[in-house]
Amino acid sequence: MTTPTAGQDVVRAAQPLLALGQVGKRFPDGTEALDGIDLRVAPGEFVSVVGPSGCGKSTLLRIAAGLEHATSGSVQVPTDQIAYVFQDPTLLPWRSVQANVELLGELRGLPKEERRRRAGNAIRLVGLSEFAGHHPRALSGGMRMRVSLARSLTLQPELFLLDEPFGTLDEITRERLNDELLQLFLTQRFAALFVTHSVIEAVYLSTQVVVLSARPGRVLDHFEVPFHYPRAPELRFDPAFTKVAARVSACLRGAAP
Amino acid sequence: MSAAAPRGQGARRGWRWGAPAVVAALAIGLWYIVSYRLLTEDTRFLVPPPDAVLRIGFLDPLNRAELLEGLLLSAQVAMLGLAAAAVIGIGLAILMSQARWLERSVFPYLVLLQATPILAVVPLYGFWFGYGFNTRVLVVFLIALFPIVANTLFGLRSVDRDHHDLFTLHGAARMTRLWKLQLPTALPSIFTGLRISAGLSVIGAIVGDFFFRQGEVGMGVLIDHYRSRLQSEQMFAAVILSSLFGLAVFLLFAALGRRVVGGWHESGRDTTPT
Repeated sequence: MTTPTAGQDVVRAAQPLLALGQVGKRFPDGTEALDGIDLRVAPGEFVSVVGPSGCGKSTLLRIAAGLEHATSGSVQVPTDQIAYVFQDPTLLPWRSVQANVELLGELRGLPKEERRRRAGNAIRLVGLSEFAGHHPRALSGGMRMRVSLARSLTLQPELFLLDEPFGTLDEITRERLNDELLQLFLTQRFAALFVTHSVIEAVYLSTQVVVLSARPGRVLDHFEVPFHYPRAPELRFDPAFTKVAARVSACLRGAAP
Repeated sequence: MSAAAPRGQGARRGWRWGAPAVVAALAIGLWYIVSYRLLTEDTRFLVPPPDAVLRIGFLDPLNRAELLEGLLLSAQVAMLGLAAAAVIGIGLAILMSQARWLERSVFPYLVLLQATPILAVVPLYGFWFGYGFNTRVLVVFLIALFPIVANTLFGLRSVDRDHHDLFTLHGAARMTRLWKLQLPTALPSIFTGLRISAGLSVIGAIVGDFFFRQGEVGMGVLIDHYRSRLQSEQMFAAVILSSLFGLAVFLLFAALGRRVVGGWHESGRDTTPT
C-alpha cells in the first residue's frame, strides 16, 4: 500500500500510519478535487477533517484507503491493517449481524474459528451481543452503524478511516456513538482519520482538526485540541472547548466559497 | 405487519379472503346472467353455464381424464422449458456481468428474440424441428429466457458502490465478489424474473401446442379440438384449468421467492399499508 515518491519531511517523531505529501487529485472530467494536501496521522492520533460540502473530504479518505489514486504527491500507508467505515453502514442485508461482522475475516482468509471469535468480541465491544442473530433490517440506524464499526474492529486495525459515519443519525444517537467510538479509540489503540461536517463532533473526538477549503480542497489550517482522554460528554459545554470549536468554526466560515 | 397484533387483525385477514370471494361470487352470478338471460337456448353454447362446465368438463370421468392428461403434458413442457431457461438464463447473465464485451455482443439479440412475436416463429420451429415434445420445450425456453436474463443481469449490476468498495478494500477475488456479494444482491431480481417467466412458460406451452395442432395432445390441442367440435363446456373447462395452472405456477414461484429472500428483502414482505 506504499507509494514511495518524492519523500518530503516524512520522517518525524513516530512513524506515521498515514502520510500524505502534497497530494492532488484531478478527476478524468477535469474536476480538481484536492490540491497540495499535507496530512499525517501518527499512532495515538485522532485527526478530523472538516470542510465545506464538496471540498474533497471523501476523496481524501478514498485516496488514503487506496480506493482512488492521487494524481500528484505521495501517499504512504505503512500498514495493511486499515479499516474503512462508510457513511452508510454497508451491511449485507441477507447476513445476520454475526455473519456481517465475520465478513472481512472471510475476505482476508482468516480461519473460521478465529473470525468467529473476533466477531464475537467485536460485537460485545459495541454492546450488541444479544442481537448477533438478527438481520440488519431489524436494527435501528445507530445499531447498524455499531455493527459496521464492529466489522471493522475484527481486523484489529492500526488505522481507522471514517467517512462521516454518523452523519445521518439523530443528535442523541450521534453523541452516544461519539463516546463509544472514543472508548474504542482508547481501548483498541488505533489511529483515526475522521471526516465530518460537524465542528463539535470533530473537536470532541480529535487530537487534531484539519480544515479544508472549498474545492479544490486545500489545508487551510489545523488545530491541536488540547483536552485529555477520556473525555466526558459535558466537555462539549466547557468554555475552553467552545473556544477551540469557535476558532475551527471561524476558519471553516472563511473556507466557504 | 407490526409485532403488536391490533384488534382488527382477524377482521382484516377475513377481509383478505372475503373480498376476492365476493368478486368471484359476483363473476359467477354475471356468468349465469349471460348464459340464461342474454343467450337463448340456441346460442347458449357460446357461454355455457358454470354448472354445465363443472358437470360435463370436470366431473365426467372420461372428459376429466382427457383434460388431466393434456394438462400433464403441457405442465411437463412448461416446467422443462422453464428449468432450461432458468439454468441457461442465469448462467448467461452471470457471464455477461463478468464481461462487458459479451453483454454488448449478445444482449441486443436477446432483445430481438424477445421482441419477435412468438406466434410468428412457432410455425418455423415446427417446420425445422418437428412437432414433438422437444420443439414445444424449445418454444417455452425461448419465451421464458429473456425475463430471466434481463432481471438477473439487472440484479447483478445493482450492487451498491460502497459494497463494491468494501470488497475491493479487502482484496476480494472476482469469484468471491460474485458469490458473496453480487449473486445474493441479485436474488430478489432473479426471483422476479423467474416469476414472470413462470407465467410465460405456461403461455408458451399452450401456444406451441395450439399452433402445432398435431403430435401429442396438450392443453392447446385440446382447446382447439373442443372449439372445432363446439364442445364448449369442455373448452371452458380446459381454459379454466389452464388459467388455474398458470396461477399455481406463479404462486409457487412467488412462495419460493418469499421463502428465499423474505427474511431480509422488502419484496418478500406483505407491504400493503395497513
